[in-house]
Amino acid sequence: MSGHVKEFTKGFFRENPTFIVLLGLCPTLGTTTMVANGIGMGLGVIFVLFFSNIIISLCRKCIPASIHIPAYIVIIATLVTLLQMLLEAYVPSLYASLGVYLPLIVVNCIILGRAEAFASSHGVLDSALDGLGMGMGLTMNLTVIALIREVLGAGTITLFPIGGWDGVINVPILHTTPCRVMTLAAGALLLMGYLLPAFKALIGLITAPKEATR
Amino acid sequence: MTIIAILLTYIFINNFILVQFLGLCPFIGVSKNSENAIGMGAAVTFVTAITSTICWCVYHWFLVPFHLEYLETLTFILVIASLVQFVEMVIKKISPPLYKALGIYLPLITTNCVVLGIAIINITNQYNAIESFFSGLAAGLGFTLAIILMSNIRERLEFKPVPKVFQGVPIAFTSAGLMALAFMAFDKSLLTNLHLV
Repeated sequence: MSGHVKEFTKGFFRENPTFIVLLGLCPTLGTTTMVANGIGMGLGVIFVLFFSNIIISLCRKCIPASIHIPAYIVIIATLVTLLQMLLEAYVPSLYASLGVYLPLIVVNCIILGRAEAFASSHGVLDSALDGLGMGMGLTMNLTVIALIREVLGAGTITLFPIGGWDGVINVPILHTTPCRVMTLAAGALLLMGYLLPAFKALIGLITAPKEATR
Repeated sequence: MTIIAILLTYIFINNFILVQFLGLCPFIGVSKNSENAIGMGAAVTFVTAITSTICWCVYHWFLVPFHLEYLETLTFILVIASLVQFVEMVIKKISPPLYKALGIYLPLITTNCVVLGIAIINITNQYNAIESFFSGLAAGLGFTLAIILMSNIRERLEFKPVPKVFQGVPIAFTSAGLMALAFMAFDKSLLTNLHLV
């Protein structure tokens, strides 16, 4: 049982897609100007990654090795098209704000990478857990990056509107004097430069005591 | 929009890497030395120019008449994957030295966001076939410009005393951020000042 749990949790820290493996960076930086967009993108990736891992794991014995990449791409592209249609029908505002990054989930290295490195050689349960864990790890990263960028860059936290509440929280001082550069491209790249070492240090703090007792 | 305006837009104003964050994986992955960066840039430019034209043709000649616009993503990625394979075979046959130089980068291009990105942007912006060709060319040239600048910066960083935690990828991101700040100087007003819009 602990083996299954491990497949699920590795996406959060040990094999974190953004900060450790450095995959799928384009949507990570492109969609994180607002917290709601970051979470929306993360949920979209979870959907595609979860089902693509399950389908590829089920079909792994019947896909010939010589054409496995095109076959995976077709499976992933079908799921992304489904996701686009679902979002356009039910959450049109999110569909509009994700824009070109939504179809680009097809070429997100994380999804093809997990299909190639994991789902093509593991059972359905492990693959599903792997997809779910990696997707949630990515959502966690997107939320953290979006939170930092939006709070510093616009002084707001945009969540999803519920009932009469429009879903926007204003941060007191930063709301009137925001540091605009954080929402722009330059701020995102600079922030990544600082977050990478910070995340490595955090991992060191978490894993170091365990290794010492071993 | 004139063709010069399209070229300027996608090379400088909306540079794919530094403004739109498309194609960051090869940008960080293949920018360690300038020789590889030039190879990757040339291969990407070649492929984007061709695929953005062909994707436009496929969309307007096959998908629109049959009302299959929703298959856009699926069709484009298949067109790109097979085209990259085809280009690889053609280059291998016609020019072995070029194949030797570009060979290892070509398979990577299928999953480069720039290629699919520009094909979709052409459709969203309703360009015609010629504009699509030039936007694809400009997208590739913008990618090449950014990756060559980056590789030169990284080659020099090798000999600088960078703090240990920032070595490698983190300092590359920080430099890219500073480069993006410089690219903010190019904006829409460039086009209006040159009387192109």
